Amino acid sequence: MKELLSGNEAMALGAYHAGVVVATAYPGTPSTEILENLAHQDGIYVEWSTNEKVALEVAMGAAYGGVRALASMKHVGLNVAADPFFAVSTTGIIGGLVVISCDDPGEHSSQGEQDNRHFAKFAKVPMLEPTDSQEAYDLMDWLFKISEEFDTPVLLRSTTRISHCKTVVDVGRERKADLKQPAFTRSPSKYVMVPSNARPRRNVMEERIIKLRSYVESFPMNEMVLGDRKLGIVSSGVAYQYAREVFKNASFLKLVTTYPIPVSLVQRFAKEVERVIVVEELDPYLEDALHELGIPATGKDFIPIIGELTPEIVEQGAIKAGLLPAPKPVHKPAMAAQLPARRPQLCAGCPHVGTEYVLRQLCFQNASSPGPLKKGEVVVTSDIGCYTLGVYPPLSALDTCACMGASIGQAIGLQKAGIPNKVVAVLGDSTFVHSGITGLVDAVYNQGNITVIILDNGTTAMTGHQGHPGTGISAKRTKATAVKLEKLVEGLGVKNVNVVNAFDLKAIESTLKRCLETEGPSVIISRGPCPLNAKSTGKPFKVEADQCTGCYTCLDIGCPAISLSDDRAVIDASVCLGTACGICAQVCPQEAISEIGK
Amino acid sequence: MKDVNVLMVGVGGQGVILASDAMSEIGMNSGYDVKKTDSLGMAQRGGSVVSHVRWGEHVFSPMIKRGEADFLIGFEQLEVARWAPYLKPGGVVIIADVVVIPVSVIGSNMHYPTWQEIEGILKQYTEQIYLIPAPRIAQEVGNPRAINMVILGFLSEFLELKPEAWTDNIRRRLPPKFLESSLKAFTRGLEEAGAMRLAKGVKK
Repeated sequence: MKELLSGNEAMALGAYHAGVVVATAYPGTPSTEILENLAHQDGIYVEWSTNEKVALEVAMGAAYGGVRALASMKHVGLNVAADPFFAVSTTGIIGGLVVISCDDPGEHSSQGEQDNRHFAKFAKVPMLEPTDSQEAYDLMDWLFKISEEFDTPVLLRSTTRISHCKTVVDVGRERKADLKQPAFTRSPSKYVMVPSNARPRRNVMEERIIKLRSYVESFPMNEMVLGDRKLGIVSSGVAYQYAREVFKNASFLKLVTTYPIPVSLVQRFAKEVERVIVVEELDPYLEDALHELGIPATGKDFIPIIGELTPEIVEQGAIKAGLLPAPKPVHKPAMAAQLPARRPQLCAGCPHVGTEYVLRQLCFQNASSPGPLKKGEVVVTSDIGCYTLGVYPPLSALDTCACMGASIGQAIGLQKAGIPNKVVAVLGDSTFVHSGITGLVDAVYNQGNITVIILDNGTTAMTGHQGHPGTGISAKRTKATAVKLEKLVEGLGVKNVNVVNAFDLKAIESTLKRCLETEGPSVIISRGPCPLNAKSTGKPFKVEADQCTGCYTCLDIGCPAISLSDDRAVIDASVCLGTACGICAQVCPQEAISEIGK
Repeated sequence: MKDVNVLMVGVGGQGVILASDAMSEIGMNSGYDVKKTDSLGMAQRGGSVVSHVRWGEHVFSPMIKRGEADFLIGFEQLEVARWAPYLKPGGVVIIADVVVIPVSVIGSNMHYPTWQEIEGILKQYTEQIYLIPAPRIAQEVGNPRAINMVILGFLSEFLELKPEAWTDNIRRRLPPKFLESSLKAFTRGLEEAGAMRLAKGVKK
């Protein structure tokens, strides 16, 4: 049966048909839909894990128990899960274990760009890369087989344009019927990695890679397409599709097994063609591997190392390198006028706006230019989530964003460094549970003189409203045990714990002022539902035109429901959450904003 | 089988993805190889949305090259201007008469281009520009959110498939509550296209 599936949907279905029993993930673009699509299926256990490290540890445990298991994450998630990734490479598994890393070249929705193919070589884990959804589907069965046959976790490396691209898939299989019964067999020499046991496993790991080298030589999805022998192109992933699009008549070697690579196959291909080039996204990973074999391949001298490739970028590179003729000069239209940007922004009724508005007033004292802090200003370290959009005008209320959970550690470090300003850390509920807890314990233990604000909107909003331990909603959307954040924070030893309504500016301001004056770590949980996830919406507000003086204070909150008409503020009632939010009415000095009909 | 490259652009929440999903599946069910990719970024937070849909005998790249879109379908006027360079010379532009002012414009010295300015940008690439009263039509059929259906109906007039290839897919895709009004919106879009092309003197 033919279906049009995204790479993520295809991986999920492929894993389901391959008999996966336990699937885990922490949401992260572009990987989120893999677990979401597995969550619909019966007969398997799925969970949103606390973070990627826990996700991989749970999947590892399941694989120790003899069943097929899967952990999926975005590229930076594998940084978090690197410790168990290396560990399970050492111990091996019993049931098949597949780790999916979805990289985000071009940083569509990420804080950094990295090529996770290096992780495979680094951790000595075999890696395969699909070039479309059909291969993503077909590969899942192979990955589990390879994992079990070679006693190793297997890495499937995807990218945004594989994960989020729909292509036609011939769904040829059904779910495996003869699943292995879960059972754990004691084997300390395999599972207990004290040095005396870990050293022999190092030998096993190296022997495994040698066996895999010969295995991948005959892997059926690696493909040589011989056309014009003047130019031979080695490629993998979506870059292969761009290369096929751009070079109409060349010869191609598509590599699906990219660690280890099939050495003899590559050498055979290099002999078939006059010149070898490599078309790959991000780092010269394959190019370097070819150089190690003594093949004089080129690639990165005309294909950019930074950012996402497009067929156009590949084409321009090829023209620059003289591999393709320059296009005929065509009438080139004058450049389009400077068009206004459409940046992502916090939604109307977003519970983060009020807190970030107060941070802007109190910590930035409305200063907008970068530079040294004045006396009395406060540093605001921030984290990863919707609220990071508060770095943009008009809120402009954040000083840092590095990686999940870093805000708290950064705040402690700034304070311990002895800067003359106070420090506030801001992070979301999901991020706090992911990796903020350990930072906060550090603040308690080491008497960090900081204030931590947890923006609790009751969901993982940025990635599409997944549950997390604080929400009481499971990956299958059933009821789960909720971890109460205020109890958790108190339990960690924080004495100064405050819960405020995220839509009450006065309460947020007075609480923050009080916390900044107190010694020792303090926590403010600023709570209000995400408007895209809230059960009820409020009654919309309006601006009384004759009361509005055009001072534009309401524009300082950056609400998408507020715009200008004849130099006076107007509210779009179809977007406004009104009584469920009310931030604009609280900032209006003229009291010109109120509920419609009142 | 003629290759068809369609770039659909708009703003988060306008139904661009539903329309491009439908269009992709319709292509597949009509025997084409199909690839489609969306650039969402953080679109749910009001950013721009771009869908590339490609039908062909065998499609390699999911992304359309600049200058190779047969159709540029705009759910919002500014976004059409932004993506105009993707148009093939002489390609078809279909734009819903919708303006969504970005926050970067409000209270700043940036200005949202007038329709004349947008048309000027588009005319550097093609004369085949159709600004359609999609919001009005959607209102008239009693489903203001069915702007995407009006657009699909309009687009279908330009392609070789029978209307049923489209309506059958829409039937499977939408909840019963919105189905009848959505199909009406589709048909009205189709009729509007016929009338506008006739007025332009374009032969079928």
